[in-house]
Amino acid sequence: MADKQNQKYEKPKNRKGTMLRLGVYMMKYKFLLLFALALTVGSNVMALIGPMLSGYAIDAIELGKGKVDFQRVFYYAGLMVVFYLLSSLLSYALAVLMINISRKVVYQMRHDVFHKLMELPVGYFDTHQTGDIISRISYDIDTVNTSLSNDIVQILTTVITVIGALFMMVVISPRLVLVFAVTVPLSIVITKYLTGKTRPMFRLRSRKLGELNGFVEEMISGQKTLKAYNQEENTITRFDGKNEEAVEAYYRAEYYGSVVGPSVNFVNNLSLTLVSTFGAFLFLHGQLSVGKISSFVLYARKFSGPINEAANIISELQSALAAAERVFNMIDELPEPADRENALILEHTDGDVRLENVSFGYNNDTPVIKNLNLHAARGRLVAVVGPTGAGKTTLINLLMRFYDTDDGNIYVDNNDIREITRSSLRRSYAMVLQDTWLFQGTIFENIAYGCADATYDEVVEAAKAAKIHSYIKRLPDGYDTVLTDDGTNISKGQKQLLTIARAMLMDARMLILDEATSNVDTRTEIQIQQAMRRLMEDKTCFVIAHRLSTIKNADVILVVNHGEIVEQGSHKELMEKKGFYSQLYNAQFE
Amino acid sequence: MKRVIMYYLRPYYLRMMFGFVIKFVGTIMDLCLPWILAYMIDTVIPQGRQGDIFFWGVVMFGCSVLALVFNVIANRMASKVARDATQAVRHDLFERIMWLSHSQTDGFTKPSLISRLTTDTYNVHQMLGRVQRLGVRAPILIVGGILVTLTLDPVLTLVLVSVMPVIVFITVYVSKKSIPMYTALQAAVDQFVRIIREDVAGIRVIKALSKTDYEKEKYDAVNKEVVGRERKADTTMAVVNPSMNMFLNLGLVFVVLAGAYRVNAGLCEVGKILAFLTYFTIILNAMINISKMFVIISKAVASADRIVEVIDAPPEMLCGVFERLENEDAFIRFEHVSFSYKGGEPDVDDISFSLKRGETLGILGATGSGKSTIAQLLMRFYDADSGAIYIDGEDIRSIEAKALRDKFGVVFQNDTLFEQSITENIRLGRELSDEQVKEAVLYARAKEFVEEKGRGYDKLVNIRGANLSGGQKQRILIARALAAHPEILVLDDSSSALDYKTDAALRHELAEHFKDTTKVIIAQRISSVMYADHILVLDDGKMIGYGTHNELMESCEVYREIGISQIGEGQEVSV
Repeated sequence: MADKQNQKYEKPKNRKGTMLRLGVYMMKYKFLLLFALALTVGSNVMALIGPMLSGYAIDAIELGKGKVDFQRVFYYAGLMVVFYLLSSLLSYALAVLMINISRKVVYQMRHDVFHKLMELPVGYFDTHQTGDIISRISYDIDTVNTSLSNDIVQILTTVITVIGALFMMVVISPRLVLVFAVTVPLSIVITKYLTGKTRPMFRLRSRKLGELNGFVEEMISGQKTLKAYNQEENTITRFDGKNEEAVEAYYRAEYYGSVVGPSVNFVNNLSLTLVSTFGAFLFLHGQLSVGKISSFVLYARKFSGPINEAANIISELQSALAAAERVFNMIDELPEPADRENALILEHTDGDVRLENVSFGYNNDTPVIKNLNLHAARGRLVAVVGPTGAGKTTLINLLMRFYDTDDGNIYVDNNDIREITRSSLRRSYAMVLQDTWLFQGTIFENIAYGCADATYDEVVEAAKAAKIHSYIKRLPDGYDTVLTDDGTNISKGQKQLLTIARAMLMDARMLILDEATSNVDTRTEIQIQQAMRRLMEDKTCFVIAHRLSTIKNADVILVVNHGEIVEQGSHKELMEKKGFYSQLYNAQFE
Repeated sequence: MKRVIMYYLRPYYLRMMFGFVIKFVGTIMDLCLPWILAYMIDTVIPQGRQGDIFFWGVVMFGCSVLALVFNVIANRMASKVARDATQAVRHDLFERIMWLSHSQTDGFTKPSLISRLTTDTYNVHQMLGRVQRLGVRAPILIVGGILVTLTLDPVLTLVLVSVMPVIVFITVYVSKKSIPMYTALQAAVDQFVRIIREDVAGIRVIKALSKTDYEKEKYDAVNKEVVGRERKADTTMAVVNPSMNMFLNLGLVFVVLAGAYRVNAGLCEVGKILAFLTYFTIILNAMINISKMFVIISKAVASADRIVEVIDAPPEMLCGVFERLENEDAFIRFEHVSFSYKGGEPDVDDISFSLKRGETLGILGATGSGKSTIAQLLMRFYDADSGAIYIDGEDIRSIEAKALRDKFGVVFQNDTLFEQSITENIRLGRELSDEQVKEAVLYARAKEFVEEKGRGYDKLVNIRGANLSGGQKQRILIARALAAHPEILVLDDSSSALDYKTDAALRHELAEHFKDTTKVIIAQRISSVMYADHILVLDDGKMIGYGTHNELMESCEVYREIGISQIGEGQEVSV
């Protein structure tokens, strides 16, 4: 299992790939980005014009006591006000633009992650913590987002000023620039080395936060159970362990990451030192004037300022990359295999279902279904009974193609279901499962879920048939009552009735009832039986039930044990046989 | 936020001070460099002495090294403080969440609790680290810059400083305005958490009904909402930086104008104004850095408030002092208990019954008639609105929660299996030996499949028990409930996925090995409760029948109806 866990996380990682892919997201907005670049240049130029104007104003003051040329001073002061206003407007525009671009990118990323999530095979969700998925959509994408909206401008500014300043320095003294031939590669090497070293730590940090999230989600979901068993303190202790790991991973990344900024800073300072010392020697040998040294240094400082700033955000950038990587990893998960080319779209089914020599197991070593043959002709009622864990629910997974068979074929109306599009195959079934599922929304929406264009009357009728109407009516908001948070305060039986109502609304030829009424009391069950019968009318039905009274009138009863059909026949036949079924049946009176 | 600073950071004040000092020195070193550089160019180089040039070069190098070392140390100290404080905040938050009462959890909603514990604590963590690392240099530059300009020309400094109140006002005003926006943003993030949890849980239904596109649209709507709120909050905060810039620059214009008058009057020299401008640029850049931090701070304030809201939730369900029943012969007693979840019509109404130690109570009734509510009240997940519940003569409100729950083994309707081994799921943190676990597995009739080839006690249970069938899950849960031989066993519809044979066998095990355990069994099947000592029939929250199977077959219309439908007529049982 440890190997498997590692596999789950340690996917081949490629930072260049991550950057490139982030770039692809950004490039969708390349015109906006160009605009942003123009604004950055503009506001930087403005920033240079301001001091120039103040210089002119000071020239006008310089005339000295009593001779100040106020007209010129006011003229330039006025211009300054105009320019500063413009520059502020520009930088505000730039900020808003960057916010918009990064929102768009982030929206797209979140969108892509979730859309992928919906395409993943059912099995993915059985092995991945919900909290970790949440962490990718919230924390990881947020990190990318923060970095995009703040750091990109910084980097653009750096690039612009560095190029500009370098140009000016080359003009002044190509020889002094040689100093940078030493320090620039040095800072590149240092940055590369350190980021290379810290990269795994930033990855670990994102992963640990994901794990913490997974833990939190699981524990809060099971809070009631934990409370019932007095496990608050134990859980808190376990949480502390995860918390410790998460903050420690965060700290370790920062511990090393925080070296990068000051180190680059150091190299910059080093180049200042070298420039001044080297420049001084050049001066001594008459190669350079003091004035030139001074302006060179001025530019060198212009050069180093933004680099320092950029160095300070390197760790943010790194965590953003690590986070983006996790997001991309999820986007790269293999979805359910695509439907065959020219796959059939089932529109009107007869409801003839046939299984031939079907075998299947969730892991390769333990088969759950072995060599199953079954023919459910149109309108027939097939009941599946057997001890718990005998593979009954698995049958549904196969019928609906949540999983593909290992061996053998399943046909609907003589079409191999692998030749049919998944969505049309699934739509041709209506189903009520043991694990009822309702979402946060009104009761109306929940019932109409499988049939988007259902009218109010239709929904009410379905609810009446499912004997849940009077309960709904008693709620203060009736059908508009919003079910919240897994519908905690409605009983499981009521949930089942709601999902039965949902199935009643659907117009499907095939029906699957997996323990559909296991939590509904028998009286209600009798009351809804008529409706159930109507629901089942003309449909090919697969019914899984323990309460044998509900399936007595099935056309075929399959008795499953250890993944194999041990008996097959009608209730009467099976009882007469006095085999496994009759044992099961009689057990309820023991 | 106040709480985070006043309480969670308090233990680190000293360390933070120390860190600030180190950072301060490092920053000063950084700032010394340009100063030395200026000195070299202005004084040393023109003198042309090689030794001096070399000396100052070494000094500069030394300063660079010190700046490096001190900054790294200070950054690390800052990260450490952020780590420790965040750890404490998160611990307290999780601890509080674990102790929240049910109605409080319902109130906050689980998705919101999850996102508070995750994204909100990240925001705080990030802020604590960043502000400490980046928040030192800027103030030093500002204060230092202002001090230097004061020595140059106090009047001009005053002119410059006069725009400060405007800047402070704008910053504070905008931040104040943006905090609720960030709070709203976090509330929208809760919705992300909700949708993902919901869809992950219902993925089979969603796929079966081909509703993935619908779910995507639903998600996209939330995504749009979140992005919209983010944009709104960020755009609001984006006002700070340019307006700060603008006002400072306007201040500069005033300085130039005032300088012009002063120079004209002979009170000031042009050189000073020039120097003034240089320092001004430094101050300006520092201010810009500060404004960037305000974004992080506002976001963190919103998050911190959400965290503190949970931590400060008043403790509920405390122990009180209630009168003990004298001469009590019953072990569990309900006395006219009524309760409503939402304060409207009672969900259970005037329930009274009593059980002796070792007796079994079966609860039967229609879907939604309040069966589970009785179990929840007995375990004190909620307090009854009226009436009282006694265990062994003591009002349960006077029993400490831990002692109360220690008496129970329970399986809920939607009970949880965790992503742990089967053994750990059964043990659930309690001190139970392997033998006890095995015994429980045996009693719960789970031995056969647990010990099956390819499984075993150490087999990891998948998330939400996905690698187990419904009946297998229930049997593991039952084993969990039985493992500690509880005084009271509550099975809330927990055999619904068991076939009759297993269910019957389980009943035999209970009767044989759990004689002293008082059992409360909620069921749909009459066969699960017909042998109980007492059977309570509920309808719409009210007791409509109470007695043994045979009595109820006689007296209770509803019970008889259920009985006939399930087991046919004329089935009498002898107890």
